[in-house]
Amino acid sequence: MANFFNDNTDFQYHLNHPMMKKIVELRERAFRDAATCDYAPVNHQDAIDSYNQVLSVLGEICGDVIAPNAESVDHEGPTVVNDHVVYARGTQENHDALKQAGLYGISLPRRYGGLNFPLVCFVMSNEMVARGDVGFENIWGLQDCAETLNEFASDEIKQEFLPRVCNEGATCAMDLTEPDAGSDLQAVMLKAHWDDAKQTWLLNGVKRFITNGDGDISLVLARSEEGTSDARGLSMFVYDRRHMAVKVRRIENKMGIKGSPTCELVFTNAPAQLVGDRKMGLIKYVMALMNAARLGIGAQSTGLSEAAYREGLKYARERFQFGKAIIEFPAVYELLANMKSRLHASRAMLYETTRFVEIYKTYETIAKERKLEPEERNEMKFYARLADAFTPMLKLFSSEYCNSVAYDSLQIHGGSGYMKDYAVERLYRDARITNIYEGTSQLQVVAAIRHVTTGTYLTQIMAYEGMEYCGEVEHLHRELIEMRKEYETVVAAVVEKADNDYIDFHARRMVEMAGHIVLGYLLVTQACEEDEYRRSAEVYIKDGRAENRKRAEYIHSSDPKDLELLKMSVSATTV
Amino acid sequence: MRKALKIVVLAKQVPDTRNVGKDAMKADGTVNRAALPAIFNPEDLNALEQALRLKDKFEGTTIEILTMGPPRAAEIIREGLFRGTDGGVLLTDRKFAGADTLATSYALACAIRKIRPDLIIAGRQAIDGDTAQVGPQVAEKMGWPQVTYAEEIANFDGKELTIKRRLEHGVETVACPLPMVVTVNGSAPDCRPRHAKLLMKYKHAKTVTEARELQEDPYLSLRESRGLTITEWGVADVDADAEQLGLSGSPTKVKKIENVVFQAKEAKLLTAADGDIDSLMKELIESHTLG
Repeated sequence: MANFFNDNTDFQYHLNHPMMKKIVELRERAFRDAATCDYAPVNHQDAIDSYNQVLSVLGEICGDVIAPNAESVDHEGPTVVNDHVVYARGTQENHDALKQAGLYGISLPRRYGGLNFPLVCFVMSNEMVARGDVGFENIWGLQDCAETLNEFASDEIKQEFLPRVCNEGATCAMDLTEPDAGSDLQAVMLKAHWDDAKQTWLLNGVKRFITNGDGDISLVLARSEEGTSDARGLSMFVYDRRHMAVKVRRIENKMGIKGSPTCELVFTNAPAQLVGDRKMGLIKYVMALMNAARLGIGAQSTGLSEAAYREGLKYARERFQFGKAIIEFPAVYELLANMKSRLHASRAMLYETTRFVEIYKTYETIAKERKLEPEERNEMKFYARLADAFTPMLKLFSSEYCNSVAYDSLQIHGGSGYMKDYAVERLYRDARITNIYEGTSQLQVVAAIRHVTTGTYLTQIMAYEGMEYCGEVEHLHRELIEMRKEYETVVAAVVEKADNDYIDFHARRMVEMAGHIVLGYLLVTQACEEDEYRRSAEVYIKDGRAENRKRAEYIHSSDPKDLELLKMSVSATTV
Repeated sequence: MRKALKIVVLAKQVPDTRNVGKDAMKADGTVNRAALPAIFNPEDLNALEQALRLKDKFEGTTIEILTMGPPRAAEIIREGLFRGTDGGVLLTDRKFAGADTLATSYALACAIRKIRPDLIIAGRQAIDGDTAQVGPQVAEKMGWPQVTYAEEIANFDGKELTIKRRLEHGVETVACPLPMVVTVNGSAPDCRPRHAKLLMKYKHAKTVTEARELQEDPYLSLRESRGLTITEWGVADVDADAEQLGLSGSPTKVKKIENVVFQAKEAKLLTAADGDIDSLMKELIESHTLG
């Protein structure tokens, strides 16, 4: 009898965020669907009420079906039978429940049978599903692929595939990685050739590490231009599982997220349709897909932090040692307070980023219907840039934080946490992939660093700095101003060396410094709403301040020669 | 052969007695309804699921929920609509109030005669009264056969339903011609979740009474254009004899209410020694618990 939506007031904060007015307005285009669709809202209040009620249904499924199934799914995992994936019993039940509740296609347009909810609601759903079962969130979250089809595919392809997602709960996969193309997707080899006789593209080759690889609808990155070897020879295709031309060779035996089938796939003359334009596969479509997927990992990580924090808190209250509950000991409540502040910070960043993505994406969709007004174009560009800067920062922070929250939660459990008897053991293993897949933390820094050097982060920090805050958090605001000054000094000191390797060397430190300030501001914004948020802001900024000083100290005392030292210390002559 | 069924599901709004706190009972020993959330009686949800499965299988099948209660029991009709029913009727009238099972089944039977279904499905019993009488009484009043303790309505051949019953010592499969009454056990499959689109479509559905009590009504025209008015029937609508309704139609008299608290102390601790087991066996046989 648990409801993961109703038991978490943070969702109400974000559903009632001032920017939601604009988001709903853009998404519903003056509520025009109400005339033709009997489940479309007629005004803002009606829309928000629908989001609340439907997310509550989802929250109930997460609490009553998905979370209780998580343990058995972790033990059973999926299997391969006759070259195809069979989900664990619990995974199938989770999928069936969500399908039965008509929740698939949550943010797809109503003309395809979707619910047309804002991205904010899809992200909330991802977070709740992940809190129930981290691995299952992959299957649910891969609806991103349907979003990508909606964005770039032809009307015929959309008509063919999107109603299946909405009405039949068809699941998706994105087939990018290959044995020799992981972080470096330019090296993709899987071949696509046009068959004149059959009047279709045919795919041949191998994909590896494909999440839900046997899903109903697969987006496949393939080399369509013979004789090429870089990104410009790659196109995006959509493959329908009903062709039965792709075999699952094996499922990986992973450390965590065991319910999520990670497949090695063999394509043998698999018929597929081209999505969008040739040669734009990696450059345009995969980039869009990856950005959506990174937002998804942000949600997955936040949901995981929520689960791990709750497990730690519950255990600390129940476990008695030395005559009292262990939560009474400073060493334990300090851990919990920091866990909670990181959880709140992750979530604040998650929805801020989502709002930025939502606004510019919706403008892009509107631009296909009519010409945007100049101020709309400017707004679209403004939010697109912020989304580009915030997405890698979100992925970096939320995934690293869920690892730390799961680690600390297990620590609170002591020896019991090391045993399979407690959920935290699973969460700890599940967390470890979040800062690896969809781009490692190191790659997020690569994406984020240009926003340090070009000043996107600083500009946004200054915007937050100029906002009005209530008197109770004035001291935190002052603290953040000091942190911003320190950050500016550090960035100047690094950039001044005019050495790209040196910038790379300190990139993570600088991105993290910017992050602590951004997340600090987001918490301060919320702090005036509720005491609980204010305490989280206090805890977070205290820790962030010290973290930034440490980084500043390291940067100010280092030199480009340090790189040589690091390189030499692991050179070929040493072990 | 046409296999479409016209189904009425009997459902009741009950106080949630599953998670009771200290204030669940009033000083006089009656249920403190104000302190407990009003929910869809759990076994009625099992009944609803069986009806929905028949609707999934046999095209043209319709389901209406029939419930009796105060105006707020309209929520039960909406909960049905959210899961795929076609509509429902709320029997509500001061004259129905204070009914025991006899008066309740009389009122329901009057309404059923008006709806004229082929099949009535109800939960085995409600968690507030635990009598399990209303379903069978309705069958008697209608003069229809009844199958109780149903766990699965396995088949429908156009004339007869094949039903699996969960009994104490196993499962019994029976066939029964329509029209009939089925009461469903809690061991039957859980009811499906509310469907997102139906939820959004029907969330504004209201009875006339509910609409009248609104301070402001921004969705009035929406309800009219989308046909979202929930049917409400009073005594006059079902041609009932007022004498057989409510308190006057209820022969049940409550003599005394006792608050029974189970004592863990009543357990008996035995060792694994032969003597202890031997004496337990004898005790159980003597008390006719065994054999």
